[in-house]
Amino acid sequence: MRAALFIPCYVDQINPEVGVSVVRVLRRLGVEVIYPQGQTCCGQPAFNSGFFDEAREIGRRFLDVFEGERFDYIVCPSGSCTTMVSHYYPFIFEDLPEERERSEVLAGRVREFSDFVVNVMGVRDFGVHREGKAVFHCGCHQRRELGVLEEPRELLSNVEGLDLLDWENEELCCGFGGMFSVKMPDVSTAMADEKIAALEKSGADTVISCDSSCLMHLGGRLRRTGHDTRVLHLAQILDSDGR
Amino acid sequence: METSKPARRRDTEDHRREGLESKVEGFNERGRKAVRDRKLHDSISLFTNKTLTGRNAQLRAHPDAPELRERAYRTKQETMANLDYYLSQMADAIEERGGNVFFADDGEDVVRYVGDLARRRGAKILTKSKSMATEEIELNRRLEENYDDLELEIVETDLGEWIAQLAGETPSHIVGPILHMNKERITEILSGVSDEDLPPDVESLAAFARKRLREKFVNADIGITGANFGVAETGTICTVTNEGNARLVTSVPPVHVVVMGIEKVIPKFEDLSTFVQLLSRSGTGQKITVYTNFITGPRGEGELDGAEEFHLILMDNGRSKLLGTEYEEALYCIRCGSCLNVCPVYRQTGGHAYGSTYSGPIGAVITPLLKGDREAKDLPYASSLCGACTETCPVGIPLHDLLLKLRNRQVEEGLAGRAESLMFKGFERTMKSPAAYKAGAKVGRLAQKPLVKDGSIRGAPGMRGWTDFRELAPLAEKSFRELWKEGI
Repeated sequence: MRAALFIPCYVDQINPEVGVSVVRVLRRLGVEVIYPQGQTCCGQPAFNSGFFDEAREIGRRFLDVFEGERFDYIVCPSGSCTTMVSHYYPFIFEDLPEERERSEVLAGRVREFSDFVVNVMGVRDFGVHREGKAVFHCGCHQRRELGVLEEPRELLSNVEGLDLLDWENEELCCGFGGMFSVKMPDVSTAMADEKIAALEKSGADTVISCDSSCLMHLGGRLRRTGHDTRVLHLAQILDSDGR
Repeated sequence: METSKPARRRDTEDHRREGLESKVEGFNERGRKAVRDRKLHDSISLFTNKTLTGRNAQLRAHPDAPELRERAYRTKQETMANLDYYLSQMADAIEERGGNVFFADDGEDVVRYVGDLARRRGAKILTKSKSMATEEIELNRRLEENYDDLELEIVETDLGEWIAQLAGETPSHIVGPILHMNKERITEILSGVSDEDLPPDVESLAAFARKRLREKFVNADIGITGANFGVAETGTICTVTNEGNARLVTSVPPVHVVVMGIEKVIPKFEDLSTFVQLLSRSGTGQKITVYTNFITGPRGEGELDGAEEFHLILMDNGRSKLLGTEYEEALYCIRCGSCLNVCPVYRQTGGHAYGSTYSGPIGAVITPLLKGDREAKDLPYASSLCGACTETCPVGIPLHDLLLKLRNRQVEEGLAGRAESLMFKGFERTMKSPAAYKAGAKVGRLAQKPLVKDGSIRGAPGMRGWTDFRELAPLAEKSFRELWKEGI
């Protein structure tokens, strides 16, 4: 099995440790991991802001970079960026037959990290140990566009020592929403605060997600409001020591 | 004959125009105020949580829910493709039964038709049951202003709408017009039109409203309703309500006027079985609402009830221009309000922050479509694009995809700000070139050095939208691509 890593730009630049954990976890499963060096960003910030032409330009480049590689799957540690490629490239290239076809081919081969681990590799229990009380926050693209909700939960429920808790209204968006977080910061923050109130009520000391962008927003707000709650990507949990 | 106080207290400020006159651009400003209003927040949570729980219980328990949704979507799709046919079929059916049909291009047409009718009938009291179509065109205010010589008394009879009217406000939710008010506020408003202070309990308030509204029901000259659905093959108007006021509005006065958006037509009577199930379950979490009314024209020969005169106004007001476009699905909406209830933005801000008749995700979609992008610049951006609306919509409108298309339309129309346009041009250039991307990251690392404190960036220029609210994580010392090169 050969996997091409698609590391979102903010993971590359802000949370590289998430990418490192992904590599280690995949290798532990015997996956051959490659990293196409020409990649940058999928273009989602432009797309979500309505700048479709700019997003198309970046998307074309993404197609070029990954089409130039040999792999079985593209694996991405972000439900949101995976969705950009799998759902929204075909959306923005709808009227351009050539790119649409290329993006549809690629869409079938890009998998979010937990989706790849569970549904492609067939692994549900990593045999790792990690102490803590955690809640899982599912990013909205991952939940609704990808429908990959049970996979990360199952992986987490098999982590020894980790108490996976329920939390109120867990399906509510954290309020990040890309540029929304800075265009409408008051509302975005109020949304984060509602999540944080539910988090406090749950008694969890850790928030886990498959999207570092949600965690950047939630974690940034948690720290600003004086919480010491940890925010971690699923890959970092699975990259724990064996039991 | 009429001794009770006017519908709206003379000393009450009229807030109805505020949302409509102020540019919808003010969403951010109004949203900022709204999120700090705890009372508002509690009121919204109470309503939306209760309705959602009911909706989930009803629809998840319904074995055919996905099929119903699919059928509703297909029916709407087919109806829109042949809308002219179905509207004329409906008009024929009503005229055959002795009713009048009027096609109104816009709100002005509706106001003129109703105003002239009121003049001809010598009407004084108009009772109304809840209708978003008439809210959309501000029928009450425009009748009061354009036909002031008639001294019309227009009374909303849906309890929530009536209280909103007394307070000089617009509804803040498609289904629950005053969900933004708590019991204390409602007590205050109703006490203001009563001779005495009312106790703040639901029974006393409802009893007062019933007594006061009955006086209006029995004396009304014209009853005005909207239509939840209009059946083309029979000409039947279907209204779905819980208070029974629509029955009194349609059966007591000698004249019944229906103001119906043209998109509310459905082909067959049996289609109602699909739509009524979806509407009541999605809107209020009920299997069926308390009163589901079917009205087909004026009172016929030998019939016991119904109005002497029946008028159906089929209102376009910007709808037909969406037919056949990529936005047509916005016309499939049945106004159940469930996208508002699940929307995490709406749940924080309530409806008035949108500054438009229709709020929440569907409001953010149809307001710019009906009124123009310039009139509703902020609204497509008033969403985190979480997709809860699309997931919930009982007729399958891809709401968050339409919001994305509307954002793109603004950019293509040149409505995006210059700074933002330049930023994304720069973004494109950077992301198309790994060298520029790496160089940008290098510059960022150098620039952030003096600003990093305790693991956060402080005081970065142009980042206040983030840093005023949250800690900003700095760029890592080494990027993933560097770590990869060094060997993981």
